[in-house]
Amino acid sequence: MNAVLATILKRLGLGFATLVVVSAIIFSSISMLPGDFGQAVLGQSATEETVAAFRKELGLDKPAVVRYFEWAGSVLQGDLGTSFSGRNASGQDRSRQVSDLVMPRLWNTLFLAGVTALIAVPLALFLGLTTALYRNSAYDRTVNAATLTTISTPEFFVAYILILFFASLWPVFPSLANVNATTDLGERLYRVALPALTLTLVIVAHMMRMTRAAIINLLASPYIEMARLKGASRSEIILKHALPNAWAPIATVIAFNLAYLVVGVVVVEVVFVYPGIGQLMVDAVTSRDIPVVQACALIFAATYILLNLTADIIGIVTNPRLLHPR
Amino acid sequence: MTTEMNPKDGILLEMRDIRIDGYSDERWHPIIKGVDLTLRRGEIMGLIGESGAGKSTLGKAAMGYTQPGCKLTGGSIMFDGIDLAKASDREKRNLWGTRIAYVAQSAAASFNPAHRLIDQTVEAATRRKIRPDAESRTDAVELFRALQLPNPETIGSRYPHQVSGGQLQRVMTAMAMSPRPDLIIFDEPTTALDVTTQVEVLSAMRNIVEDFNTAAIYITHDLAVVAQMADFIKVLRFGEEVEEAPTREMLTKPEQPYTKSLWSVRSLEKPEVKGEDIVLSIDHVDASYGPLKVLHDVNISIPRGRTVAVVGESGSGKSTTARVITGLLPPTAGTVSFNGKPLPAALKDRSKDQLQRIQMIYQMADTAMNPRQTVYEIIARPLEFYLGLTGKAKEARVMDLLKMIELDESFIDRLPSELSGGQKQRICIARALAANPDVIICDEVTSALDQIVQEGILKLLLRLQKEFNITYLFITHDIATVKAISDGIVVMYRGKVVEQGLKSEILAPPFPEYTQLLLSSVPEMDPDWLTNLLEARPV
Amino acid sequence: MSEQPETYAAAAEVGAVRKRRTRLERAGLLLKSAPPSAWFGMIVVGFYILVAVFADVIAPYGEAQIHPIPFAPWGGEFMFGTDQIGRDVLTRLIYGARNTMGIALATTLLSFLIGGGLGLMAAINRSWLDQLLSRFVDVLMAIPSLIFALMLLSIFGSTVTSLIVIIAVLDSTRVFRLTRAVAVNVAVMDYVEAAKLRGEGLGWIMHREILPNIMPPLVAEFGLRFCFVFLTIAALSFLGVGIQPPTADWGSMVRENASLIQFAKYDLTAAITPLLPAAAIALLTVAVNFIVDWFLHKTSGLRDDH
Repeated sequence: MNAVLATILKRLGLGFATLVVVSAIIFSSISMLPGDFGQAVLGQSATEETVAAFRKELGLDKPAVVRYFEWAGSVLQGDLGTSFSGRNASGQDRSRQVSDLVMPRLWNTLFLAGVTALIAVPLALFLGLTTALYRNSAYDRTVNAATLTTISTPEFFVAYILILFFASLWPVFPSLANVNATTDLGERLYRVALPALTLTLVIVAHMMRMTRAAIINLLASPYIEMARLKGASRSEIILKHALPNAWAPIATVIAFNLAYLVVGVVVVEVVFVYPGIGQLMVDAVTSRDIPVVQACALIFAATYILLNLTADIIGIVTNPRLLHPR
Repeated sequence: MTTEMNPKDGILLEMRDIRIDGYSDERWHPIIKGVDLTLRRGEIMGLIGESGAGKSTLGKAAMGYTQPGCKLTGGSIMFDGIDLAKASDREKRNLWGTRIAYVAQSAAASFNPAHRLIDQTVEAATRRKIRPDAESRTDAVELFRALQLPNPETIGSRYPHQVSGGQLQRVMTAMAMSPRPDLIIFDEPTTALDVTTQVEVLSAMRNIVEDFNTAAIYITHDLAVVAQMADFIKVLRFGEEVEEAPTREMLTKPEQPYTKSLWSVRSLEKPEVKGEDIVLSIDHVDASYGPLKVLHDVNISIPRGRTVAVVGESGSGKSTTARVITGLLPPTAGTVSFNGKPLPAALKDRSKDQLQRIQMIYQMADTAMNPRQTVYEIIARPLEFYLGLTGKAKEARVMDLLKMIELDESFIDRLPSELSGGQKQRICIARALAANPDVIICDEVTSALDQIVQEGILKLLLRLQKEFNITYLFITHDIATVKAISDGIVVMYRGKVVEQGLKSEILAPPFPEYTQLLLSSVPEMDPDWLTNLLEARPV
Repeated sequence: MSEQPETYAAAAEVGAVRKRRTRLERAGLLLKSAPPSAWFGMIVVGFYILVAVFADVIAPYGEAQIHPIPFAPWGGEFMFGTDQIGRDVLTRLIYGARNTMGIALATTLLSFLIGGGLGLMAAINRSWLDQLLSRFVDVLMAIPSLIFALMLLSIFGSTVTSLIVIIAVLDSTRVFRLTRAVAVNVAVMDYVEAAKLRGEGLGWIMHREILPNIMPPLVAEFGLRFCFVFLTIAALSFLGVGIQPPTADWGSMVRENASLIQFAKYDLTAAITPLLPAAAIALLTVAVNFIVDWFLHKTSGLRDDH
């Protein structure tokens, strides 16, 4: 067990270090802003004093290292700073806390991603497994051609085709997925149907192809041939000989695609005007509201790192070489 | 036909006119072209042939199995009254692992990494309910003991990656034997092992097969090995049978020219010549890979115009010695001297002239040539790099070199992928020769080649040595090759030189312990060799 | 042991002379053997290139020319109607081919220049430089590239130059990884060692020994990276932070005309208008994928030969 523990701790340490460096990169982006951004935020008529006060509020007068630790410290306490918007030239500040903007939307995004994952992961694993088992059959070729087409297609194309058919020509689902805190679960599910379907189509295509490749790779191992020559049936081969060795590759595939989901969610939220964190980020980018952009980027990156970390740890705890060291 | 006895008596397996096609380059090629095979109960058949002869495919077909990318296109496979060529998957599954078992070449890859050895050993017997699971487990321990595995009671609870390759191969034999099959297919089971390990595995396998009177098909490319195992031998070539005969008969009077030629390399033996003028000497060399010390105080001297063979098993440091000589791995202590003058330790500090004097030929000719360069480009580069030849002179010299290696000018525009294994190695020899070297280091240059091709390459090397007074440092693990080509021998073991001297001195008693073990472990073309060896060896 | 087809050994025996063909002959033979999907891909890509190059000649109107009727229906004066401020959709589509593909191509080239160059250097050097670059790339790849691009665009603004540079830098991490991996595989081959032993310089080893052998995977990767970059730029433009108006571009065309989909029941052709640029994007990526698939199949087959 010690070898496993040591490897996990090492991997956790590496994940943490990556997170620190990534947060530092995200943080330092504010220092790359052009010098006159204070005026851009506050308006052309902003006085020298208000700009200077604004810069002081951001802490631009302190050394970068000090600022980073202050920022990181407050992020850890849930304080993501204040938005750039809502300020004006006269020094009035009606800006909101970034965390107030982000949190409700974060839950919306997690809800959408969660619904998608619940449908997409089992479906993709099933398709990947069956196409790998019935390789080169008509079924395999059909699924492959369909997924190759989906992969080559931009998410918004899939989304608009779904809207065209299921919201416009044959209106069964709403084309706008507007939800708020008071929307109940049933209504919520109904409204996210099309965005979730869009994401599912895109994710399933990727995940199914990777699962298929991983399983085919596994089934080519000499020990699988050996199992056949020992008289094992097809189901025994899959369940007893392939599956115990498949957790690591499958976990990697799932994590990779959930990470992809995190990115795909941005475009889909914009198409369906879904009040999630992705749309918030795009709006913030357009208005160059840097604190909000930073917060969103940090959340996306952390999710991404966490997912990959989880996959690696699953790979570690299912690896017989580590579980049973020499 | 005799009246008193049915000729079919005792026949376990009868394959008639087997035809198998394999898929490559987007079309089907015949791999097995109508081979017959008959095996009686308790008999062991040796199936030999070079790579591409189809022996492994035929061996698996004896189980009614064809690997993905192959298909059975004709013939019948009667196993104890069942035609496996027509049997359903379910019928075949009922036989596989219980009445017919398979032992694969790479034990390390053929065991499932996720399960304990004992569980895999009894899997087939338990599935078909040959006997209660607990009994199978006790039986497996007995089999482990019979196969001379260390700690037979506990080794089964280990995982495949926790035991060595030689032990795994024996566990796999136990796995095959567990349901007491009528037939075992051994598919090159010792090819991946060192010679000293091979002896142990061979004797364990032979004993257990004899004890249980199990019929077996033993597939290998090594005649000496098959001579120890088989009652009779079938020789395959290009998917067709060349000849079949009882082992002793086959060894003493082979009928077909091809079979005769398989023996010939063993008869090639260069008369040794003593050398005085030392061209290359390695003095007190230590070397390490990082913190791991791999060479300990190595001293070797190589006389001009002679061949010194460095022998040893994997991990003995023989290839590392070559890397030190070439400067790829600077030694941590000691020097390498050429013509009495020390060479700079690192490759980058050596002059062009020093580099030119020592050339190298690799084991895998495949990877030793840039696949995107033509034969002409490959041979011409040293000419232009070292000798500054250009234009007509360069072209003429390339043609000369091609002639020296017994190839003609039609080869100059070919890419390495358009050459056979032996031709590739010849081009590598020509490339080394192009530099007009004093010393050529040959790193296992024949071990990836088939028997007949090996002989051709060795003869070529000897002829070139005579013509140009070239010195060879010949790294190999194969004693037959050593006998064929060397004047002097250096025996290495775990990074140390155990013994060195003239061939006649090393290959004659008295032997130091390791040399004795190494030499006695090399299978000989004598069916009684293994028996005699085991009797002579204290157990 | 895997069995070789017996033709291999027979060729050794007979020493069959295979005539070496010129590059042109080889290319011709290669094309002849192309499957229908690859032909489809090549024809589509060829058509797109023609449209992009001759956009000025083909387009019926000017790129940003505004007509008095916004959202004009299909047919008549405007084959695919006009957009929300009265620009001819067909014209915008044609210029979009030039702009979107041109920017994606420039980005991919830049990304290969950075990633490929550094990857080769890291593979040959294998010391502190390799360590430094590899760790740096690990960190960059820990941030989803679309998110990273969004963040950087918010700082540097959405100009064409910053778009190209930002995406090229982010994408070059993947090129770096691939180049380094394939080059390391080649750099440990005996023929590279043989060249080192011969005393060849770094230039020869890189240029003559390694580069020709890593070209096939890199060429295939170029196709795939182009698709990826193309889709990323389209997505960013669709989000409104990529290529900015009045430059015609497929991603933003989808965004600008998206509302027309609502009217599918009344005028199906109008509803299809925003899907036209989206379909144009999809068709190109499918076509490139088909060609890459075929190419990969061909070159990996080449490797199996020896």
